[in-house]
Amino acid sequence: MARVTTGITTSHIPALGAAIQTGKTGDDYWSPVFEGYQPIRDWIKQPGNMPDVVVLVYNDHASAFDMNIIPTFAIGCAESFKPADEGWGPRPVPDVIGHPDLAWHIAQSLILDDFDMTILNQMDVDHGCTVPLSMIFGEPEEWPCKVIPFPVNVVTYPPPSGRRCFNLGDSIKAAIESFPEDLNVHVWGTGGMSHQLQGPRAGLINKEFDLNFIDQLIKDPETLSKMPHIEYLREAGSEGIELVMWLIMRGALGDKVKDLYTFYHIPASNTALGALILQPEETAGEALEPRKIMSGHSLSAAA
Amino acid sequence: MSDKKKERIDIHEYLAQFDDIPGTRVFTAQRARKGYNLNQFAMSLMKEENRKRFLADESAYLDEWNLTPAAKQAVLDRDYNAMIDEGGNVYFLSKLFSTDGKSFQFAAGSMTGMTQEEYAEMMLKGGRKPDGVRSIKGGY
Repeated sequence: MARVTTGITTSHIPALGAAIQTGKTGDDYWSPVFEGYQPIRDWIKQPGNMPDVVVLVYNDHASAFDMNIIPTFAIGCAESFKPADEGWGPRPVPDVIGHPDLAWHIAQSLILDDFDMTILNQMDVDHGCTVPLSMIFGEPEEWPCKVIPFPVNVVTYPPPSGRRCFNLGDSIKAAIESFPEDLNVHVWGTGGMSHQLQGPRAGLINKEFDLNFIDQLIKDPETLSKMPHIEYLREAGSEGIELVMWLIMRGALGDKVKDLYTFYHIPASNTALGALILQPEETAGEALEPRKIMSGHSLSAAA
Repeated sequence: MSDKKKERIDIHEYLAQFDDIPGTRVFTAQRARKGYNLNQFAMSLMKEENRKRFLADESAYLDEWNLTPAAKQAVLDRDYNAMIDEGGNVYFLSKLFSTDGKSFQFAAGSMTGMTQEEYAEMMLKGGRKPDGVRSIKGGY
């Protein structure tokens, strides 16, 4: 049977993709970020860690969906997905290769489990989907695994509640575990952490909120899932609402998890960046050494 | 009644809270409706031929999109705050600043009243602190 072995969270900001594309990953500004991801890149290449399939939860940033169609939860069931042209030409990365059998299985299972999914048989994927792949896998000729894009609306209000996302994760887990093929499946939650990209309050970063969010995501996601949208908006900035997607990942890992790795960095362009590796406690592997890395301005004492 | 029904959110209270966040315009249905044409114009810039046509004659291109005069002027001025007032959303508008070869940091910084240098410096120093900008009424 297929199984959810791992949850990964990662930022998906386009500036990371631009840094890779322009060869700036080693400069003073970006090197701490890429150094913080290196342990994840190394870990995932170890035997047993490379997924067969990633269910990649992200938000479309007005690329595949315009103002005419706004699905709350959608799942990519196509054979493959092309990088979207977001205004500067498509990112020069490989096409994303799907897993239609598993994707359709998850879609059917979720609908039977009361999540009314939108099914996508044709879609381009934007930076929300491809930047996480670049951050975790680098610059291969082809992505090393299949990917099921799972876009969530966090742009037009209201986005789904944290509670709904957490419960959806649980249903994704059940769906994956009822797929007959033996597959190592990851669920990735992308976006965040605190950031605001609009208005006079742009540039908001809330280290205390972010670190508490990570802590609670690991230890008490049940309580965390009850946080109302207004709290995300006030505390983590208008675009910090993306963090509800992390709860989908967390819901797919079951009650108890082991945190293998935590990386937190301020700033990556306008955002605070968090990248974690979590595994269900009963099947968890060894934690990475070091287990936690903070860098950039996240190291400075709280004001 | 199931538990789900008991937890039902009051939509009026839910929406009213959003007006209490300083310097922030949440992309509600009301804004989405107002900005429909503006956002769809921005989406059109995902095609290279449209970007070329837009840059060759911005005013003429904008006239194809049934924009309000204020929205059209905001685009011509690259005034992102004004575009958001007209119902624009930053992810849609990103197609416009990408067409200009500008980044999210540039666009976000342009909305703060700070210079690009000041904004970049603030981010390097840990970003804008949430203290005092969480709630207008609460003042915290």
